[in-house]
Amino acid sequence: MVNLLLVILATAFSIGAIRAGRLITSALWLAGVSALISVLFFLYGARQVAVIELSVGAGLVTVLFVFAISIAGDDVVDTHALLPWPLFVGVSILFVFLLGWFILPASVLPFAAAATQGSLDDVLWGQRGLDVLVQVVLIFSGVLGLLGLLAEVKPPLEGSAAEEISAERDRELQAMEGQFSGEEEAGK
Amino acid sequence: MTLSPLTIALIGVVGLLGAGFYGLLVCRNLIKIVVALQILVKAALLGLVAAGSASGQINLGQSLAITVIVADTVVAVIGIALGVQIRRHVGTLDVRDLSKLRG
Repeated sequence: MVNLLLVILATAFSIGAIRAGRLITSALWLAGVSALISVLFFLYGARQVAVIELSVGAGLVTVLFVFAISIAGDDVVDTHALLPWPLFVGVSILFVFLLGWFILPASVLPFAAAATQGSLDDVLWGQRGLDVLVQVVLIFSGVLGLLGLLAEVKPPLEGSAAEEISAERDRELQAMEGQFSGEEEAGK
Repeated sequence: MTLSPLTIALIGVVGLLGAGFYGLLVCRNLIKIVVALQILVKAALLGLVAAGSASGQINLGQSLAITVIVADTVVAVIGIALGVQIRRHVGTLDVRDLSKLRG
Protein backbone atom coordinates (compact mmCIF):
# COMPACT_ATOMS: atom_id res chain seq x y z
CA MET A 1 0.00 0.00 0.00
CA VAL A 2 2.90 2.32 0.79
CA ASN A 3 4.42 1.46 -2.58
CA LEU A 4 1.21 2.40 -4.38
CA LEU A 5 1.01 5.69 -2.49
CA LEU A 6 4.63 6.47 -3.39
CA VAL A 7 4.05 5.63 -7.04
CA ILE A 8 0.98 7.86 -7.22
CA LEU A 9 2.84 10.69 -5.49
CA ALA A 10 5.83 10.34 -7.82
CA THR A 11 3.55 10.50 -10.87
CA ALA A 12 1.76 13.55 -9.44
CA PHE A 13 5.09 15.25 -8.70
CA SER A 14 6.32 14.56 -12.23
CA ILE A 15 3.17 16.13 -13.69
CA GLY A 16 3.79 19.08 -11.35
CA ALA A 17 7.34 19.36 -12.69
CA ILE A 18 6.02 19.53 -16.24
CA ARG A 19 3.14 21.91 -15.50
CA ALA A 20 5.08 24.30 -13.23
CA GLY A 21 5.27 27.82 -14.60
CA ARG A 22 8.70 28.71 -13.25
CA LEU A 23 11.83 26.69 -13.88
CA ILE A 24 12.96 26.71 -10.26
CA THR A 25 9.62 25.22 -9.20
CA SER A 26 9.97 22.59 -11.87
CA ALA A 27 13.44 21.66 -10.58
CA LEU A 28 12.10 21.31 -7.04
CA TRP A 29 9.24 19.07 -8.20
CA LEU A 30 11.83 16.93 -10.00
CA ALA A 31 13.86 16.66 -6.80
CA GLY A 32 10.71 15.43 -5.08
CA VAL A 33 10.24 12.77 -7.75
CA SER A 34 13.83 11.62 -7.20
CA ALA A 35 13.36 11.44 -3.44
CA LEU A 36 10.15 9.40 -3.77
CA ILE A 37 11.73 7.06 -6.31
CA SER A 38 14.71 6.52 -4.02
CA VAL A 39 12.35 5.50 -1.19
CA LEU A 40 10.71 3.06 -3.62
CA PHE A 41 14.14 1.66 -4.50
CA PHE A 42 14.83 1.11 -0.82
CA LEU A 43 11.53 -0.71 -0.38
CA TYR A 44 12.33 -2.94 -3.36
CA GLY A 45 15.64 -3.91 -1.77
CA ALA A 46 17.94 -1.82 -3.95
CA ARG A 47 19.60 0.02 -1.10
CA GLN A 48 22.79 1.14 -2.85
CA VAL A 49 20.90 2.52 -5.82
CA ALA A 50 18.51 4.27 -3.45
CA VAL A 51 21.40 6.11 -1.83
CA ILE A 52 22.93 6.99 -5.21
CA GLU A 53 19.59 8.19 -6.58
CA LEU A 54 18.96 10.31 -3.51
CA SER A 55 22.39 11.92 -3.59
CA VAL A 56 22.75 12.30 -7.34
CA GLY A 57 19.16 12.66 -8.53
CA ALA A 58 17.75 14.73 -5.70
CA GLY A 59 21.02 16.45 -4.76
CA LEU A 60 23.55 16.96 -7.52
CA VAL A 61 21.16 17.32 -10.45
CA THR A 62 18.94 19.72 -8.51
CA VAL A 63 21.94 21.86 -7.60
CA LEU A 64 22.96 21.87 -11.27
CA PHE A 65 19.48 22.92 -12.32
CA VAL A 66 19.39 25.74 -9.76
CA PHE A 67 22.88 26.85 -10.85
CA ALA A 68 21.86 26.88 -14.52
CA ILE A 69 18.62 28.73 -13.78
CA SER A 70 20.51 31.35 -11.78
CA ILE A 71 22.79 31.93 -14.79
CA ALA A 72 20.27 31.66 -17.60
CA GLY A 73 17.39 33.36 -15.81
CA ASP A 74 14.02 31.99 -14.84
CA ASP A 75 12.21 32.80 -18.07
CA VAL A 76 8.54 32.02 -18.24
CA VAL A 77 8.24 30.61 -21.73
CA ASP A 78 4.84 30.93 -23.31
CA THR A 79 3.24 27.53 -22.99
CA HIS A 80 0.76 27.94 -25.82
CA ALA A 81 1.64 25.16 -28.19
CA LEU A 82 1.23 25.26 -31.94
CA LEU A 83 -1.39 22.55 -31.76
CA PRO A 84 -4.31 22.57 -29.27
CA TRP A 85 -3.34 21.17 -25.88
CA PRO A 86 -6.24 18.66 -25.72
CA LEU A 87 -4.54 16.93 -28.64
CA PHE A 88 -1.34 16.56 -26.62
CA VAL A 89 -3.24 15.35 -23.57
CA GLY A 90 -5.18 12.87 -25.72
CA VAL A 91 -2.02 11.55 -27.36
CA SER A 92 -0.35 11.21 -23.94
CA ILE A 93 -3.34 9.33 -22.49
CA LEU A 94 -3.37 7.05 -25.54
CA PHE A 95 0.36 6.48 -25.06
CA VAL A 96 -0.14 5.59 -21.39
CA PHE A 97 -3.03 3.28 -22.24
CA LEU A 98 -1.08 1.42 -24.90
CA LEU A 99 1.99 1.23 -22.69
CA GLY A 100 -0.06 -0.19 -19.84
CA TRP A 101 -1.71 -2.60 -22.26
CA PHE A 102 1.67 -4.02 -23.20
CA ILE A 103 3.57 -3.73 -19.91
CA LEU A 104 1.16 -4.62 -17.14
CA PRO A 105 0.52 -8.23 -18.27
CA ALA A 106 4.25 -8.80 -17.75
CA SER A 107 3.70 -8.61 -14.00
CA VAL A 108 1.89 -11.97 -14.00
CA LEU A 109 4.35 -13.79 -16.24
CA PRO A 110 6.58 -16.30 -14.49
CA PHE A 111 10.22 -15.31 -14.24
CA ALA A 112 12.98 -17.70 -15.13
CA ALA A 113 14.75 -19.27 -12.22
CA ALA A 114 17.28 -16.82 -10.87
CA ALA A 115 20.89 -17.70 -11.40
CA THR A 116 23.23 -17.79 -8.47
CA GLN A 117 23.49 -14.22 -7.40
CA GLY A 118 26.67 -12.67 -6.13
CA SER A 119 27.03 -9.50 -4.15
CA LEU A 120 26.76 -6.11 -5.81
CA ASP A 121 30.55 -5.85 -5.92
CA ASP A 122 30.82 -9.17 -7.76
CA VAL A 123 28.12 -8.25 -10.23
CA LEU A 124 29.30 -4.67 -10.84
CA TRP A 125 33.05 -5.24 -11.03
CA GLY A 126 33.11 -8.86 -12.13
CA GLN A 127 30.20 -9.57 -14.43
CA ARG A 128 29.50 -6.03 -15.61
CA GLY A 129 33.07 -4.74 -15.87
CA LEU A 130 32.46 -3.32 -19.34
CA ASP A 131 29.63 -1.21 -17.90
CA VAL A 132 32.04 0.29 -15.39
CA LEU A 133 34.46 1.11 -18.20
CA VAL A 134 31.64 2.77 -20.15
CA GLN A 135 30.72 4.76 -17.04
CA VAL A 136 34.29 6.05 -16.71
CA VAL A 137 34.33 7.04 -20.39
CA LEU A 138 30.94 8.73 -20.01
CA ILE A 139 32.08 10.73 -17.00
CA PHE A 140 35.24 11.89 -18.78
CA SER A 141 33.35 12.82 -21.92
CA GLY A 142 30.76 14.64 -19.82
CA VAL A 143 33.41 16.64 -17.98
CA LEU A 144 35.21 17.50 -21.23
CA GLY A 145 31.95 18.47 -22.89
CA LEU A 146 31.01 20.65 -19.95
CA LEU A 147 34.38 22.38 -19.98
CA GLY A 148 34.10 22.95 -23.72
CA LEU A 149 30.60 24.33 -23.48
CA LEU A 150 31.15 26.61 -20.51
CA ALA A 151 34.52 27.96 -21.64
CA GLU A 152 34.56 31.65 -22.46
CA VAL A 153 34.99 32.30 -26.16
CA LYS A 154 38.23 34.24 -26.84
CA PRO A 155 38.63 36.46 -29.92
CA PRO A 156 40.70 34.75 -32.62
CA LEU A 157 44.36 35.78 -33.00
CA GLU A 158 45.00 38.02 -35.98
CA GLY A 159 48.39 36.48 -36.70
CA SER A 160 51.05 34.33 -35.21
CA ALA A 161 53.09 35.51 -32.23
CA ALA A 162 56.17 36.02 -34.43
CA GLU A 163 54.22 38.26 -36.82
CA GLU A 164 52.92 40.35 -33.94
CA ILE A 165 56.45 40.76 -32.51
CA SER A 166 57.87 41.82 -35.90
CA ALA A 167 54.99 44.27 -36.41
CA GLU A 168 55.65 45.76 -32.98
CA ARG A 169 59.34 46.09 -33.83
CA ASP A 170 58.49 47.83 -37.14
CA ARG A 171 56.28 50.30 -35.30
CA GLU A 172 59.09 51.07 -32.85
CA LEU A 173 61.60 51.57 -35.71
CA GLN A 174 59.21 53.90 -37.51
CA ALA A 175 58.74 55.91 -34.32
CA MET A 176 62.52 56.13 -33.85
CA GLU A 177 63.04 57.21 -37.47
CA GLY A 178 60.36 59.87 -37.12
CA GLN A 179 61.99 61.13 -33.96
CA PHE A 180 65.47 61.15 -35.64
CA SER A 181 64.24 63.04 -38.72
CA GLY A 182 62.50 65.55 -36.47
CA GLU A 183 65.76 66.23 -34.60
CA GLU A 184 67.68 66.68 -37.91
CA GLU A 185 65.15 69.24 -39.18
CA ALA A 186 65.40 71.05 -35.89
CA GLY A 187 69.26 71.11 -36.19
CA LYS A 188 69.07 72.66 -39.71
CA MET B 1 -7.81 -7.01 -5.09
CA THR B 2 -4.20 -7.02 -4.00
CA LEU B 3 -1.61 -5.66 -6.35
CA SER B 4 1.79 -7.32 -6.42
CA PRO B 5 4.87 -5.10 -5.89
CA LEU B 6 5.86 -5.63 -9.52
CA THR B 7 2.43 -4.51 -10.74
CA ILE B 8 2.65 -1.39 -8.58
CA ALA B 9 6.10 -0.60 -9.95
CA LEU B 10 4.90 -1.08 -13.51
CA ILE B 11 1.98 1.26 -12.86
CA GLY B 12 4.57 3.80 -11.74
CA VAL B 13 6.65 3.14 -14.85
CA VAL B 14 3.65 3.77 -17.08
CA GLY B 15 2.67 6.92 -15.17
CA LEU B 16 6.17 8.39 -15.23
CA LEU B 17 6.66 7.53 -18.90
CA GLY B 18 3.34 9.18 -19.72
CA ALA B 19 4.27 12.33 -17.77
CA GLY B 20 7.69 12.52 -19.43
CA PHE B 21 6.24 11.93 -22.87
CA TYR B 22 3.65 14.64 -22.28
CA GLY B 23 6.43 16.99 -21.17
CA LEU B 24 8.45 16.32 -24.31
CA LEU B 25 5.39 17.08 -26.41
CA VAL B 26 4.31 20.25 -24.65
CA CYS B 27 7.44 21.98 -23.32
CA ARG B 28 9.37 24.42 -25.46
CA ASN B 29 11.81 25.54 -22.80
CA LEU B 30 15.16 23.77 -23.14
CA ILE B 31 15.60 23.23 -19.41
CA LYS B 32 12.04 21.92 -19.14
CA ILE B 33 12.87 19.42 -21.88
CA VAL B 34 15.83 18.20 -19.81
CA VAL B 35 13.43 17.83 -16.85
CA ALA B 36 11.11 15.72 -19.01
CA LEU B 37 14.05 13.53 -20.06
CA GLN B 38 14.95 13.08 -16.39
CA ILE B 39 11.42 11.89 -15.64
CA LEU B 40 11.61 9.38 -18.49
CA VAL B 41 14.89 8.03 -17.15
CA LYS B 42 13.43 7.70 -13.64
CA ALA B 43 10.73 5.50 -15.13
CA ALA B 44 13.38 3.31 -16.74
CA LEU B 45 15.26 3.08 -13.43
CA LEU B 46 12.13 2.05 -11.59
CA GLY B 47 11.48 -0.64 -14.19
CA LEU B 48 15.01 -2.00 -13.90
CA VAL B 49 14.94 -2.17 -10.11
CA ALA B 50 11.45 -3.70 -10.03
CA ALA B 51 12.39 -6.34 -12.59
CA GLY B 52 15.55 -7.18 -10.66
CA SER B 53 13.62 -7.44 -7.42
CA ALA B 54 10.90 -9.63 -8.94
CA SER B 55 13.33 -11.99 -10.65
CA GLY B 56 15.50 -12.41 -7.56
CA GLN B 57 18.49 -10.68 -9.17
CA ILE B 58 18.35 -7.35 -7.44
CA ASN B 59 22.10 -6.81 -7.65
CA LEU B 60 22.05 -7.18 -11.42
CA GLY B 61 19.24 -4.66 -11.55
CA GLN B 62 21.19 -2.36 -9.26
CA SER B 63 24.34 -2.52 -11.38
CA LEU B 64 22.34 -1.70 -14.52
CA ALA B 65 20.56 1.11 -12.68
CA ILE B 66 23.89 2.62 -11.59
CA THR B 67 25.02 2.68 -15.23
CA VAL B 68 21.78 4.39 -16.25
CA ILE B 69 22.14 6.95 -13.44
CA VAL B 70 25.64 7.87 -14.61
CA ALA B 71 24.54 8.23 -18.24
CA ASP B 72 21.47 10.21 -17.19
CA THR B 73 23.55 12.61 -15.10
CA VAL B 74 25.96 13.21 -17.96
CA VAL B 75 23.03 13.88 -20.31
CA ALA B 76 21.54 16.32 -17.78
CA VAL B 77 24.84 18.15 -17.35
CA ILE B 78 25.43 18.48 -21.08
CA GLY B 79 21.83 19.55 -21.67
CA ILE B 80 21.99 22.19 -18.96
CA ALA B 81 25.32 23.53 -20.26
CA LEU B 82 23.88 23.68 -23.78
CA GLY B 83 20.89 25.58 -22.45
CA VAL B 84 23.11 28.10 -20.67
CA GLN B 85 25.22 28.68 -23.78
CA ILE B 86 22.15 29.03 -26.01
CA ARG B 87 20.67 31.53 -23.54
CA ARG B 88 23.91 33.54 -23.69
CA HIS B 89 24.17 33.59 -27.46
CA VAL B 90 20.54 33.64 -28.59
CA GLY B 91 18.98 35.30 -25.56
CA THR B 92 16.16 32.82 -25.08
CA LEU B 93 15.53 29.24 -24.06
CA ASP B 94 12.57 28.80 -26.41
CA VAL B 95 13.30 26.01 -28.86
CA ARG B 96 11.11 27.65 -31.52
CA ASP B 97 13.57 30.52 -31.78
CA LEU B 98 16.43 28.09 -32.35
CA SER B 99 14.76 26.81 -35.51
CA LYS B 100 15.10 30.29 -36.98
CA LEU B 101 18.89 30.13 -36.93
CA ARG B 102 20.58 30.35 -40.32
CA GLY B 103 24.14 29.77 -41.46
